[in-house]
Amino acid sequence: MTQVPIYLDYSATTPVDARVAEKMIPFLTENFGNPASRSHSFGWVAEKAVEEAREQVAALVNCDPKEIVWTSGATESNNLAIKGAAHFYASRGKHIITIKTEHKAVLDTVRELERLGFTATYLAPMENGLVDIEELKAAIRPDTALISVMLVNNEIGVIQDVAAIGHICREKGIIFHVDAAQATGKVDIDLQTLPVDLMSFSAHKTYGPKGIGALYVCRKPRVRLEAQMHGGGHERGFRSGTLATHQIVGMGEAFRIAKEEMAAENERIRALRDRLWAGLSGIEEVYLNGDLEQRVPHNLNVSFNYVEGESLMMAIKDLAVSSGSACTSSSLEPSYVLRAIGREDELAHSSIRFSVGRYTTEADIDHAISIIQDKIGKLRELSPLWDMFKAGIDIRSVSWVHATESHREPENAAA
Amino acid sequence: MAYSDKVLDHYENPRNVGSFNQEDEDVGTGMVGAPACGDVMKLQIKVGADGVIEDAKFKTYGCGSAIASSSLVTEMLKGKTLNQALDIKNTHIAEELALPPVKIHCSVLAEDAIRAAITDYRSKNTTADEGYDACHTAA
Repeated sequence: MTQVPIYLDYSATTPVDARVAEKMIPFLTENFGNPASRSHSFGWVAEKAVEEAREQVAALVNCDPKEIVWTSGATESNNLAIKGAAHFYASRGKHIITIKTEHKAVLDTVRELERLGFTATYLAPMENGLVDIEELKAAIRPDTALISVMLVNNEIGVIQDVAAIGHICREKGIIFHVDAAQATGKVDIDLQTLPVDLMSFSAHKTYGPKGIGALYVCRKPRVRLEAQMHGGGHERGFRSGTLATHQIVGMGEAFRIAKEEMAAENERIRALRDRLWAGLSGIEEVYLNGDLEQRVPHNLNVSFNYVEGESLMMAIKDLAVSSGSACTSSSLEPSYVLRAIGREDELAHSSIRFSVGRYTTEADIDHAISIIQDKIGKLRELSPLWDMFKAGIDIRSVSWVHATESHREPENAAA
Repeated sequence: MAYSDKVLDHYENPRNVGSFNQEDEDVGTGMVGAPACGDVMKLQIKVGADGVIEDAKFKTYGCGSAIASSSLVTEMLKGKTLNQALDIKNTHIAEELALPPVKIHCSVLAEDAIRAAITDYRSKNTTADEGYDACHTAA
């Protein structure tokens, strides 16, 4: 019997791999030294561990360890990359290009720069979630100094062609940042050949601990940044603050495991994801969000037509998944990512992101399929929209009565 | 979303799910809300010759509290005259289900659905319904 709730939310975060946790513990208790302490062995031991982890992170993405800067996570990496480059290269121009489906850590950072006098273009992706390269080319202006495009989308899992975008940027002398938080261990990254200047990483999406990440800062050609965190000049001045040795050791070990096991793991995970899709695509009126080919192996984002998002989440409470709808207030907010790829609100609301991972089993997938088939059936039995669909009525052709307003009058008059 | 046990009960075991034939003379149908707003309620009443609601059925596309509100309303309606049914207010529904403030609109929609169903029934049965009321006034 599968244990519930079944965790299918690996894109939100992953558990720390037991091998990673084991490696971290001694750096909390015995080897607690400050890696910046140069005068005793406590410091030397910690520094050695930090540098070993730097090599492990660099190895996964094939760059020079000197190009890795430790941060607190991908959000900080994105902030440091975008603000740091925009400010440093402001004399080249103050125009930034990014994509509407970026993570908020990129979008909100660019918005903040707009507030400070920069201008920005937010490109809409195509319906499959991918950037139209020609459209991106056309958006480049003489004063474009920075482009930021994510490698893997967190909601729909599509993989952008960052190599093509990178070549355009190099040609035009534009700094190119890539948020790769969702990509490590899923997609091969080779920074020796990829023309990328800055790349953000996170540990906790790849079976490492939360609270640690890294930023790749290219040395050839040399990319410079204005520091966002000032202090002791750690990390060659890019990011001050005492290094969290245990976290860094954890990230290193997690990335080492990812490099070693990703080929076999992705094959297994892809089979599980495909099994899930095979089970769900048999249900009527189910839509896949995002391209199926240009996609990481562990992500499936599906909309169930004619069921409402929140009741769907209530119905599948035995599955730990993410919903395309934030139902915390009376004004429902459908996923901005799904909106940007042209999904109508109803379908955006009733979308679910399934993300499979290292500890997902075939039994988990089969159990999830049976729960969803059963609950979707029940909710549709309840749904007047499903009846209308079955009767051949186009819901968009119906003029919906907003009875709330017309029937409120008597009470308002009395008040 | 922290829902009351009553909401969860109605959501898990909705009462009176289904449809009557919309064309029947003794059936009133109210459809309120819109898919884009996240709630659509279809409420139907079956009214006896004596003007009392004999049966009620619903179908709802919406969140847990929208489903619970409409399910509860079908229970409340049975055995009531149309005028008694019109006395059911959203506050009764919200109180009974202990709806959180952000979900009050679900109870408002349920009240609207009652009104819409009665309006539909009355438009089909002008004379019968009014005749009944007239008799009462005369008596």
